[in-house]
Amino acid sequence: MRHEHIETNSALMLLLILVVISIGGLVEIVPLFYINETIEKVDGVRPYTPLEIRGRDIYVREGCYLCHSQMIRPFRDEWLRYGHYSLAAESQYDHPFQWGSKRTGPDLARVGGKYSNQWQVQHLRAPRSVVPQSIMPNYPWLLDHDLDYSDVAGRMRALRATGVPYSLTQQEYDANIKKFGKDAADQLDINQAQDSLLKQARDKNFDGIPSRVTEMEALVAYLQVLGTMVDFTKYDEGYFAKFR
Amino acid sequence: MSDNTLNVQQQSGAVQTTGHAWDGDLQEYNNPLPRWWLWCFYGTVVFSILYWFIYPSWPVGQTWLKGFGTVSYTIADKATGKEQEREHRWNTRALLLEDLGDAANNKQRRDMLAKVQAAGYDQIVKDPKMMEFVRSVGKGLFGDNCAACHGRGGQGAKGMYPNLTDDDWLWGGSMDQIHETLVRGRNGFMPAFGQVLKPEQLDDVAEYVLTLSNEAKPSEASERGKEIFHGQTGGCYYCHGADAKGVQSQGAANLTDKIWAIADVDPKKTLQDNKSAVKDFVAKGVNNTRVMPAWKDRLSPTDIKLLAIYVRQLGGAK
Repeated sequence: MRHEHIETNSALMLLLILVVISIGGLVEIVPLFYINETIEKVDGVRPYTPLEIRGRDIYVREGCYLCHSQMIRPFRDEWLRYGHYSLAAESQYDHPFQWGSKRTGPDLARVGGKYSNQWQVQHLRAPRSVVPQSIMPNYPWLLDHDLDYSDVAGRMRALRATGVPYSLTQQEYDANIKKFGKDAADQLDINQAQDSLLKQARDKNFDGIPSRVTEMEALVAYLQVLGTMVDFTKYDEGYFAKFR
Repeated sequence: MSDNTLNVQQQSGAVQTTGHAWDGDLQEYNNPLPRWWLWCFYGTVVFSILYWFIYPSWPVGQTWLKGFGTVSYTIADKATGKEQEREHRWNTRALLLEDLGDAANNKQRRDMLAKVQAAGYDQIVKDPKMMEFVRSVGKGLFGDNCAACHGRGGQGAKGMYPNLTDDDWLWGGSMDQIHETLVRGRNGFMPAFGQVLKPEQLDDVAEYVLTLSNEAKPSEASERGKEIFHGQTGGCYYCHGADAKGVQSQGAANLTDKIWAIADVDPKKTLQDNKSAVKDFVAKGVNNTRVMPAWKDRLSPTDIKLLAIYVRQLGGAK
């Protein structure tokens, strides 16, 4: 094929450009899907519960990822500030992942359990009432809006299609019991999605309003689970270095 | 292409063109690459091959070329707790461990941490060098973990998060009590009296409570409130104590000082305003709204120790 031929045929040139620039991406990304050690073998990581899924949806809807990353990199300063670096295993059920690319606010990968529910609610409603120097916007409507959970089973089914182990059949449910324990398996069962969402909201009352299930409830439930699934005290630090 | 479109160089054959003419006579030279540039290019090719061998590079089957480069780091072994030198193939995670373990200022930091870890609270407080370390490291730990609620200087937020800079401790200000607060967290509780007491009784109790700290003068109403406070009707003394100085194991506030953690009482305001602030609070109580998280799973025992001392010195010692 002569160069002149390519230069004078724009469709062909476009195709060849796409092929060439794809190579860089494909070489870096594709092997991760079949290399055995991409995802660290750790205990404790489970898919999100129905309430947490809805919270995550609100996290995406409000664009939290634009200012907050969820990716602690293996650097000393990040280690000291945010805690253990993020593992691939910890976002294996995230579709799409919320790693983010910009930190206007702090990283949230390990924010779960760091503050009380009450603080989270107060801070989301009016950030400057607890952190005077904060530039985060107020999100007061999260408390006003009741959570729409009518389609949560459908959302779980969609995630299931991407490979997240939510259960539809008895067989899958049994497998989840084995893998995550009975309590978690119940929450990952699509057939009881709405019930387990309401149960979690009632038991934990994340938004501090017992009579309602608000959007705040879901978002705080999601924030409080971030980065808490892996018990790092169980592992020798050298263990994680073996996976890279 | 007629000869008169060729320039001097072409005519002499010194430089070729790309062989393509636009608009009849517009052509492009095809100069050879400068030699220095070409050698640099070959150099980078050779370098990249060396690079593949030293660092992790190409995927191969279900694994990848891991490279010959190594990193050595010092780490406390999980099983035995003893420090050991380990070597690992090069990757960013091993590099982090090296950085955490060996860098000069880290060495100093680690030694100091080990010293703090080994020492008791009494020893640390007496040792100026260790205290200096506590203040500098504690400031960072506090800023990261505590400041979101208690404020950067520990001043708290009235009605929500206790002020740590005064010497008034809800759950106790001894080292062990602060330690316990950090490790297990706290959940402040006070029953809501809105249903139990009648509005006029609430008024009386509020008035009495204000007399305890000299915010109000004793009156008939406060005498009635006193009976409710110390009797079975209110039973406030269960938690706040017969002397109203608070029972720290319950997290109950000392009502005899002028420090108000929740109710917005201010000597500059009118008695009526202060009374209604106390009354509202007694009616509502506290239920899961004053929660301090437990830190034992998030911070190391040494970090908690450092923070306990740091917080204690914020509020004066007890």
